[in-house]
Amino acid sequence: MTRADFAKLGLLGLGVLGMLAVPVLGDNYLVRLCTFVAMYSAMALAWNFIGGYAGYPSFATAAFFGLGAYVGALLQNHGVPMVPAWIAAMLVSAGFSLAVGAMILRLRGHYFAVGSIALVEILRQVASTWRDVTGGGNGLNVPMLPGGPGFAGMVFLYSMLAIALLAFAATLWVDKGRLGFGLRCIRQNEDAANMVGIDADRYKTIAFTLSGLFCGTAGAAYASWVAYIDPSDTFNILTTLKVPVMVMLGGAGTLYGPLIGVIVFIVLEETIWSSFLELHQAVLGTIIVILVFFLPGGLLKLRLPAALLSGGRR
Amino acid sequence: MDMQTLINGLVLGGLYACIAVGFSLVWGVLNVINMMHGSFIVLGAYLAYYVFAIAGIHPFFAVPLVGGLLFAGGYLLQRGVINRVVDQPVLITLVLTFGLDMILYNAMVLGFSATPRRVALDMGVLEFGTMVLPVDRIAAMALALLLTGLLYFLLRSSRVGRAIVAVRMDREAAALMGIRVEHIYAVTFGLGAFMAGAAGCLIAIVYPFSPAMTGLFLGKAFVVCVVGGLGSVPGALVGGLVLGIIESYSGAWLGPQHAITVGFVLMILLLLTRPTGLMGKVGYE
Repeated sequence: MTRADFAKLGLLGLGVLGMLAVPVLGDNYLVRLCTFVAMYSAMALAWNFIGGYAGYPSFATAAFFGLGAYVGALLQNHGVPMVPAWIAAMLVSAGFSLAVGAMILRLRGHYFAVGSIALVEILRQVASTWRDVTGGGNGLNVPMLPGGPGFAGMVFLYSMLAIALLAFAATLWVDKGRLGFGLRCIRQNEDAANMVGIDADRYKTIAFTLSGLFCGTAGAAYASWVAYIDPSDTFNILTTLKVPVMVMLGGAGTLYGPLIGVIVFIVLEETIWSSFLELHQAVLGTIIVILVFFLPGGLLKLRLPAALLSGGRR
Repeated sequence: MDMQTLINGLVLGGLYACIAVGFSLVWGVLNVINMMHGSFIVLGAYLAYYVFAIAGIHPFFAVPLVGGLLFAGGYLLQRGVINRVVDQPVLITLVLTFGLDMILYNAMVLGFSATPRRVALDMGVLEFGTMVLPVDRIAAMALALLLTGLLYFLLRSSRVGRAIVAVRMDREAAALMGIRVEHIYAVTFGLGAFMAGAAGCLIAIVYPFSPAMTGLFLGKAFVVCVVGGLGSVPGALVGGLVLGIIESYSGAWLGPQHAITVGFVLMILLLLTRPTGLMGKVGYE
């Protein structure tokens, strides 16, 4: 690792320390906001495996998130303690994405995009119609964490942070290793990658499974956090599009891009929410349009931050 | 009873074909998944509603006016905005049209409110034995099929239609033959918007509608395209009718709440087995 790498890791460590201190120093609003930042960071890093490194336009994020939320909530309602329920949800989401990935990763481009959107729709339909188990459109209540809102806020912030850090560690492992190299080859030219001996199917499936694993875990933690889930909230098509937009805002297929994107996006969103309540969606849409036209490579591709991060060695 | 289910399915299928054909054309020719298509349909329905409320024009006759307005809007949007990124990967164009859709959707919620509306015209029913056929639905289906047919002939035999097909087949070669690709892209997008607006006029009279339904229409368009095959009018027609009939029967047998799930499962299965769709040609996707 170079000195710049250490500097970036140090910066990240400072950020994490800051977020750890929030429950002690900040108010409930700030705790909630930081929990969202951690949750979306986990999902953005998760999407980055398949959407960023492998370049596959996956819109299945909400499918994994919702699946994890429902598995976690159902297990908790049947008496399983919280953390084991999350681990089970993680395993189920990983298994689901492995099985589904083996099928739909054979599709490319638009067909893959549509297949992955369809996953969200199908799971949402199942969750809304399978009343006996999922409660249908009425949703599910999840047992509240005892100990008061302040304590619960701290527990969930730290949990989400832990999931995000695990996702970051996995990204670090992928980025520096053989897997990341293979995925980048696939993004550039899958046929050529296959030709030179990269097992594209295996690599893509691993990336997709990692993506499902972390989204599902974040979903399970989310279900325990908000203590109530319903199909339209968890299998939300907006989530499925928002996460890729966050990653692209920061820089897809990079180590720190997803994190930067999440922070900038959430700060923008919060400012917009508070000042343009009626125009919230329109302003968000405008940001997306501006992003596509003026920041196609994400914020990391801008000259200035790159120069700052590499310590002025460019 | 069974014939009734079939007729219901055909009526639904005709409307689905009309909903999807513009979406399919844009996807096939421009390689852009237009996330705004559902909003275009709802916008068309509202325009038809206001034309009826203000001028008293029956929505069926408002089709040229509403469609024309959407064509103009679609042409300008493609010419001014989407053409700039039309060669980018699917993620970029999809995210762009999604962003534009958020703006349009927000404008519609503010302008039209979220209250469901409907053009209430009682056109009576036809009865054949045990079958009941509401005239408005049958007429809407007939008009939907007529419009789809007109689009087919436009693509087959008009100058601009043949240019669209040429651009679809090979963009560079078409440009070398003197076709203005930018213009043809914009016309194609405009035609997609026209068909969405026309479908909106027909829906205005058959179902209650509100801005919240944009996602529903978009979902239908997706399924129809994948089932039938991209970018061709016969594909959208077959896909629409197949989906309508399947939804109608699965609604009758399994209960209406499962009809949509069946449609999406069908789509995934077809994606895996025949990604080019029922009517698609290999290597033409």
